[in-house]
Amino acid sequence: MSTLRSLANLLYRRPNLYLALLLVPPLTWFGAIYLGSLLNLLWQGFYTFDDFTMAVTPDLTLGNFAALFNPSNFDIILRTLTMAVAVSLASAVLAFPIAYYMARYTSGKTKAFFYIAVMMPMWASYIVKTYAWTLLLAKGGVAQWFVQQLHLDGLLQAVLAVPGVGGSTLSTSHLGRFMVFVYIWLPFMILPIQAALERLPPSLLQASADLGARPGQTFVQVILPLSIPGIAAGSIFTFSLTLGDFIVPQLVGPPGYFIGSMVYAQQGAIGNMPMAAAFTLVPIVLIAVYLSLVKRLGAFDAL
Amino acid sequence: MPLAVQFTQVSRTFGEVKAVDQVSIDIIDGEFFSMLGPSGSGKTTCLRLIAGFEQPTSGSIRIHGVEAAGVPPYQRDVNTVFQDYALFPHMNVLDNIAYGLKVKGVAKAERHSRAEEALAMVALGGYGARKPAQLSGGQRQRVALARALVNRPRVLLLDEPLGALDLKLREQMQGELKKLQRQLGITFIFVTHDQTEALSMSDRVAVFNRGRIEQVDTPRNLYMKPATTFVAEFVGTSNVVRGELAMQLNGSPAPFSIRPEHIRLGDLVVTSHEVQVSGLLRDIQYQGSATRFELQLDSGQLLAVSQANDRWQAQAHAWQPGQRVQAHWPREAMTVLQETEAR
Repeated sequence: MSTLRSLANLLYRRPNLYLALLLVPPLTWFGAIYLGSLLNLLWQGFYTFDDFTMAVTPDLTLGNFAALFNPSNFDIILRTLTMAVAVSLASAVLAFPIAYYMARYTSGKTKAFFYIAVMMPMWASYIVKTYAWTLLLAKGGVAQWFVQQLHLDGLLQAVLAVPGVGGSTLSTSHLGRFMVFVYIWLPFMILPIQAALERLPPSLLQASADLGARPGQTFVQVILPLSIPGIAAGSIFTFSLTLGDFIVPQLVGPPGYFIGSMVYAQQGAIGNMPMAAAFTLVPIVLIAVYLSLVKRLGAFDAL
Repeated sequence: MPLAVQFTQVSRTFGEVKAVDQVSIDIIDGEFFSMLGPSGSGKTTCLRLIAGFEQPTSGSIRIHGVEAAGVPPYQRDVNTVFQDYALFPHMNVLDNIAYGLKVKGVAKAERHSRAEEALAMVALGGYGARKPAQLSGGQRQRVALARALVNRPRVLLLDEPLGALDLKLREQMQGELKKLQRQLGITFIFVTHDQTEALSMSDRVAVFNRGRIEQVDTPRNLYMKPATTFVAEFVGTSNVVRGELAMQLNGSPAPFSIRPEHIRLGDLVVTSHEVQVSGLLRDIQYQGSATRFELQLDSGQLLAVSQANDRWQAQAHAWQPGQRVQAHWPREAMTVLQETEAR
């Protein structure tokens, strides 16, 4: 008891020691296990992979990173990046009204219902959900049935014929893949926007109306600028999750690799760890570029 | 006299709660009008009804003769200074002030020069480029004032704007607000729970209690001639005497009020114009400019008595707690009150 007491007193008198004791375990974890393994992986990107013997030798080379700019590899990066941008934009547009309604018009039980409704899809396995979507979007599936009931087959065929968007059916089209991505990442966009709008004092909106702003002006001048940090936070999730995903591109949409599925294929089927490591660097760089852009736009000023 | 705002039998209920209950007020164009009352008395709801943030459940509100029902806030010729100032955190001071002009489509050059002018009016010239977060509470309050006034409203609503300031600053701002109102000649409607503030600044004051108005009057009348027991006790300190003692002292069972500073202690010559009582001194509090006594009469009634310490030399009051003293006051100092019924 008295040793415990004197230890407590010691920690009280030396707050820095106390802080150090608290921080050592998480910092060790973060530094050694998380950052260490990541750096180790990236380091392997400099190793050499022998195409004939399928062996990895620790001869340092920049060849793997240079290979990223081969037309076929660069195509993969561009395809993934386009999808990530499109998914982030669509998620923001879809999420904003839901988040706005949650933050401004719900309270108590209704708010709890919305939280559960938004998060419930995340409770189910994401592979199961993706498989479910392949069935929903497949030829003769629910989506097609709906389109037929609405007599919009012609429109669907026209959309599916557009190169870069379409495909032979919804489930093998870029559009289908995009829909599944948006569905899966939407909660990650709704919650940060909702949190940002929740912090917006109602008196600011009243002040805007009081000063003569019509609702549309209040939205553009006050609500939107003050919710940008939330949109930025949400888009960091949707953007980086899409960049790294390897399940959806395999199950839905036309053939062709995404960055995630390329990494998976390189290190799994082929055993080319150096090339997989080089590909891993791509999303890290893209997200760093994206973050600095967002920061330059002033999205974090209001934080 | 032209009316700036007219309430006729206005009620606003939230579920079961009557926040504003059958209120009728006439606010004259160009006056400094205060709404005074404890929290939850309906004064802020009345202000929000004028601004248009709330709609009345029943009754009619006219702003400069025009029925306000159904008119949204952005179409009303009134502006509000909010309790929390509600400055836009993402805009600098100048853009905050120019906001009202911007949304009305005033050209950039004109709105900036008018905003600069408004900034100078509240003695903050040169602060235009700062963000609200870089200002002190008093400065934010001035920016909020400039932001409202730059639109040249006919009615300015102020929702406890001085509540967050410390005492010295508050007193200074009271003087400045009053001066500004005289200078601009527009109607100020000022909501406060601080009776000193209401008395010192207003042309007229409405005292609110539980959604109703107890009295609308000039500060002097409110203090000297309170109409109800609530007003007597809420505005300043008052001794309210009821029942048998009231009958004995004032010749009527109706409650009456006597202000502590109108009571004199000591065995002076008492004329027939004065009422005399005697009792025990229970407590003495020295307060600097005055000394406060608590006197218990033989009937058990407690009387607060205040004597100004207005002699330069230390007064030789030999009053001691527990001592028996005489107290007296002029008959005309007693004001007969209407009992405020508990609702």
